[in-house]
Formats: sequence, structure tokens, C-alpha cells
Amino acid sequence: MSLFSDPAVWLPWTFAALMGLSILIYVVLDGFDLGVGLLMPLADAREKDMLVASIGPFWDANETWLVLAIGILLVAFPPAHGLILTSLYLPVFFMLIGLILRGVSFELRAKAPPRQKNMWNASFFAGSLLAALSQGFMLGMYVMGLEWTRSNVAFAMLTAVFLTVGYSFIGATWLILKTDGALQSHAIRWAKGGIWGLIMGIGAISLATPFVSARIFDKWFGMPQMLYLLPFPVLSATLIGFLWWKLRRLPRENDRWAWSPFVSATALFVLAFGGMAYSFYPYVVPEQITIYEAASAPESLLIILVGTLFVLPAILGYTVLSYYIFRGKATELRYD
Amino acid sequence: MDTLLLSRIQFGANISFHILFPTMTIALGWMLLFFKLRFNATGDRKWMDAYMFWVKIFALSFAMGVVSGITMSFQFGTNWPGFMETVGNVAGPLLAYEIMTAFFLEAVFLGIMLFGASRVKPWVHTMATFLVAFGTTMSTFWIIVLNSWMHTPQGFELRDGVVHATDWLQIIFNPSMPYRFVHMMLASGLTVAFLIAGVSALRLLWGDRSEAVKSTLRVGIIAGAGLIPLQILAGDMHGLNTLEYQPAKVAAMEGNWETGPNVPLVLFAVPNQQTRSNDFEVAIPNGASLILKHSADGVVPGLNDFVSEDGEIMHPRVAPVFYGFRVMVGTGMAMLALSWGGLVLLRRYGAGNMPKLALYVFAGMSFSGWIATLAGWYTTEIGRQPWLVQGVLATKDAVSDVSSGMVWTTLVGYLVIYAALIIAYIGVITYLARKATHGDRLPTRDYPTAGAAAPAMLQPGE
Repeated sequence: MSLFSDPAVWLPWTFAALMGLSILIYVVLDGFDLGVGLLMPLADAREKDMLVASIGPFWDANETWLVLAIGILLVAFPPAHGLILTSLYLPVFFMLIGLILRGVSFELRAKAPPRQKNMWNASFFAGSLLAALSQGFMLGMYVMGLEWTRSNVAFAMLTAVFLTVGYSFIGATWLILKTDGALQSHAIRWAKGGIWGLIMGIGAISLATPFVSARIFDKWFGMPQMLYLLPFPVLSATLIGFLWWKLRRLPRENDRWAWSPFVSATALFVLAFGGMAYSFYPYVVPEQITIYEAASAPESLLIILVGTLFVLPAILGYTVLSYYIFRGKATELRYD
Repeated sequence: MDTLLLSRIQFGANISFHILFPTMTIALGWMLLFFKLRFNATGDRKWMDAYMFWVKIFALSFAMGVVSGITMSFQFGTNWPGFMETVGNVAGPLLAYEIMTAFFLEAVFLGIMLFGASRVKPWVHTMATFLVAFGTTMSTFWIIVLNSWMHTPQGFELRDGVVHATDWLQIIFNPSMPYRFVHMMLASGLTVAFLIAGVSALRLLWGDRSEAVKSTLRVGIIAGAGLIPLQILAGDMHGLNTLEYQPAKVAAMEGNWETGPNVPLVLFAVPNQQTRSNDFEVAIPNGASLILKHSADGVVPGLNDFVSEDGEIMHPRVAPVFYGFRVMVGTGMAMLALSWGGLVLLRRYGAGNMPKLALYVFAGMSFSGWIATLAGWYTTEIGRQPWLVQGVLATKDAVSDVSSGMVWTTLVGYLVIYAALIIAYIGVITYLARKATHGDRLPTRDYPTAGAAAPAMLQPGE
């Protein structure tokens, strides 16, 4: 297969890469949003406001990456989109309800009468929880090939819990970066409590993935492919070791190293995602449909790609601008 | 009920819930820019007060729009896989351009617009407000392009039952797009004008005497009075365009069963699809012929033309289209009467001394834009049935094969959530209005105008 000469080959490949990038950015960015939501019950009333303030200017745009990811699946791989979403009908519904509750409660907790605030705080948490659990569940089902068997559902329930705890972990590392004082100390404690979710999640999926199919097993343990894959577990283990060690030594004077847990957690998500992408390629529906079989007509993909090449750098640019404007420690959210 | 009907109800419920909020934010974004520019030009605090009050409602509406919009992008896959499989080559790029050129723009600059006033220079904040308003309008444009293409498709060819794009300019500038886009933009403008007028009237009734609330009442009434004649004109032109491309829809809107000249304008009736006639009809002779063909003996299409020889009905169910159209037109007429009446009262009494009765009526009409918008969308969307893409893809061929029990479950779930959220949304707007009325002067500091020196804004702790 000469990869980059035939548009019916390189266009689907490019779009799979773009979709992967969007999912990855979504999982990291909304991962910390959802994680902060998951930590709400652990915070007192004043801390709750700070938790919300730390994600306030960002969450709308973060969620947009999910729309872009699902949009690329929808436009570039229509049959896969239909197949994946109809087989995940109920978990998708629960995720959507969760995202609706989370987003709306975010606004209402600050604007509704004060006596309702506890209720909207609770529904902010419940929405984040529901969204995180159903995303973890869908991840598990996807890895197991979207078959609704009892053992697959049990596995998916495990990944649901692990991803949820994993989100709370990256949420806690975000708070370490964005807060100071007592709340930062709390966030460090929460991160220590949440790191196991990430470890177990990566572990469970790593254990299950090679046994999904002989093809993937061969990709993992055949020679010389095993050597290509080797950096993933080695780097992941190093990062986890670093986090384990660093979290016990924070906070330092002058807030040094406060960025390191979030950056390490992000790197872990990237590695885990890279490993999955490597394993499942070229399939978009595991072991059923490849990206090449599912792709839309090349001329339609081309017209999207032309726009993407102009627009994506702009999106990334003003996303960075927004994070830059709201850099530093989170402050109380004010409209003025 | 079967999966098809339940899926239609579910998508209808979702898209109805969703459109309420873009209808708010499209025009409210421009209104906020107007407030901000007036403040920059005059330095008068009342404009910033108005901005601060309405930007909260904008933020809330925007969040509701985002979350309900995400729901829809997933429902294409969960409930209507046949849609993207058949027309994905056209719909895909249009949706992609919506997300990339519009959605991200609004979502990112929203953060700066809402929370950045004390962190960025005043002109950057004004610019962010502009970009958010521009983004919502771009978003409207792409979505309307796709929707219009589903009504009046062109610029494509079918290969093996799959639509392939052949001419993107034809696809984008399809025949009904300009009319639908203008009609929707004006609908949004009217919705916001009446909401602003209504909430301002409510605050006046509660005893708010601030300059801000008088100004916003004036702005709301003037905007409403200015936009409604344009909307009536645009709606009429849109209707004539529909007559050309989707005559079955117009026949259902008019409640006209037989094609012929001298067709009366049916003011009210109960369309009866069994007997294929109208019960309790009240009509103006020759009216429909005059409106649609500009002559009393103009030939107007009837519904009976859209029944195939083997008896298959190829026109929409008449009653919802017929009633939807009348609710929309009726609301529009009420808006016309109220806003022009309001204009007269404004000249006579001024915004601070409006008669109480008028204020009550304005307050009662706060959400009239929603009613007209929904009724209009029901008219046009149900009017397209049995087609999903007119003449290309039938609705029943696009639905997924999930069980009806499953759709029942999710439908009930969505309806419960949506009902609760609408109540919360209206409740919060009322609460914010009451809070603002009772002297909770939200902002307490001085704002720099665009040209003013920067020191006052560099206080991140505030």
C-alpha cells in the first residue's frame, strides 16, 4: 500500500488522525473539567466556587472538541458513526443527559436564587459523574468490539469506574496548577487518592486489548513490532513513578513544580491514547470496519480538509489565547 | 407507537428545545455589541448596566444551546444513521464548516466576553463580543444552508443510492436558503426584542426606575416595531418560494385539498384527513389565490395532487402544518399590533410613564418569539414530510433499527429533563430581573470606555 499517493488512502488516514487528535484533546480538556466536577462533594462552599471558577472560562470550548470529534466521525466515516452510536444507544443517552446537567448547572448554580445553590451543585456533580461513567463504559465496550455480552458489560463497568477516577485525578492536578493555599493542599490529597484510577484504567485496557483479537496480539507481542510498542509502557511507568514521588513533595515554595502533575497526567493520557490508536489501526469499529471501508467520498473529504487546514490552526491559536488570558491562579468569576 | 414515530417525536423534541436558545443568542449577541458600542461612544453607565444584565442571560442561553446542540449531533447517529449514510457527502462538509468556522469561535471568545472584561483591554473585550455575535451568525448560516438543502436539494448526483456533491455553490446557495436565513435571523431579532421589552416592562412594573431599564424598554420596542414589517415581507417571499419548490407544503398550510382557481383563504378550519376536506371552515373567497398568485383566478395546488395512484399519501399530515402556520402568523400579527402600539405610547408618555396595562401586555409577550419560531419550524419541517430530504430520502428510510422500547425510555428521559430546564431557565430570568429591580446594583466599579486609560482595569482580584 503506497500510503500517500492514492486519495482514497491518505484522506481517510488524515481524517482518522484528525479525529484521534480531537478525541485526545477532548479527553484531556473536558477530562479535567469533568474531574473538577467530580471533586465538588469533597470541597466546602467557598472551595466549590473556586472549583467552578477554575474551569469557568474554558468548559464551553472544551466541550466543543467532542462535537468536532463526533462531527469528524459523522462526516468522514458515516457507516461507522451509525454503527457505533446505535450499538451504544443507551450509554450515549446517559452521557448526553450528564453533559446537559453539568453544563446547565454550571450556569444556574451562580444565577438561580441562593437557596437553590445546593441543588445545582449536586446536579453539577451528578452530571459530571454520569458523563464520566458513561464515557468510561463506552470506552470499555468499544475496546471489546461493541458486543453486548455479559462479560463485556462487566469489563465496561470496570473501565467506567477507572476512567471516572482517572478524570478526578486529572481534575485534581488541574486544581494544583490553578489554585493555592489550603485548596491546593486539598487538591494534592485528592490527586494522591485518584491516581490509582488512572493506573488501573490503563492497566485493565492494556491487559484486555491484546486478547480482543489475534491481530492485535501479534501487533503487541510479535517481533519486531514489540520493540516499537516498548516505549509506551516504559514511559508510562516512568511518569506514574514520577507522579507518585512528586505528589508527596508538593507544594514547594514559590509554587514551583505545581504544573508538573497536570503535565504528567496529560502525557499519560496521550500515551494511553497513542497505544490504543496503534493497536486498533486500521479499524474504526474494532475488527469490523476499517477507516478505508468507512470513509466518505474523497471529493467530500477533500473539501473538508481544505477548510480544516485553514481553520484548525486558528482554533488552536485562539484556544491558546484564551488559556493565556486566563493564566495564573483562578480568581472568583466576575462578569465585570 | 413504532420506532419511526417515536424517533421523530424525540428528534422533534430535541430540536425544539435546542432552537429556543440559539434564537435567543443569535440576536442577543448583536444586541450586547450594540449596548457595548453605545457605552464606548457615550460613556453612559446605563449601557454597561444593560450589558451586564443581559450578558448573564446570554451566558445561560448559550450553555443551554451548547448542551442541547451536542445532543442533536449524537442523535444523527443513534436514531437516524440512514441520513448520514445517504447524504453524508453533502451534510458532512456543511456541518464540519459550522463546527470549525463558527462553533469554536463563539465558544472560545465567550469566555473572554463573559469573564475577561477586567483582564483584557476594553477594545479586546468589544472585539470578543463582536466575534461571539459573528460566530453565532455564521453558525446560523451553515445550519440554515444544510436545512434549506434538505428542503430544496440541488448540486448533487446519486450514485448507487448515495448522494455525491457536484457543485458546492449550488448546494450552498440552494433556492430556499436566502429566504430561510433572512426569516430565521429576523425571527431571532424579534424574539430578543420582545424578551428585552417584556423583561424591561416587568422591571418597570416592579418599580425599577433606572435609566438602564427605560433604555432597554425603548430599544426592545423600537427593534420589534422595526423588524416585524420586514419579517412579514420576508415570510411572504419565503412562502412564495415554498410554493414553487414544495407545493404540497403550501397546500397543507392553506388547508387546500383540490387544485384549482379562486381558492379561498381559510382563516380557520379543522382539516380532516379521513374525508379529505375541512370541517368548520371559515374562509375569505379568492384569498389564497390572491396571496399566492396575485390574481383571483390564480391556480393554487391542492393536497389531492399528492396522492399516488396506489393510494400512497405523499403530502404531510395536514393538521399540524395548518395549525402551526396559523399560530405563527397570529403571533406575528400580535407582535405587529403591540410593537406599533408601543411606539405610539412611547412617543406620548416616554419609557418611564408607560400605562400599566401596556407594560403588562409586554411582559406577557416576553416569550412570544419562542411561540412564533417553534410554530414556524413545525410548519416547515412537518411540511416536508414524508421526505427527510425532499425527493431524495424518505424519513422512514433513514431511521435506525433500535427497539421502540429503547426510544420510549430515552424520549421520556429527555422530556423530563427539558421540561425541568425550561422551568428553571424562565425562573432564573425572572429572578435576575427581580434582583436587578431591587437595587442589587450588580457592578460597582467604573468601567473604562474604549479610549480611556488602562489602570482601572488591571485589578485581577476584583
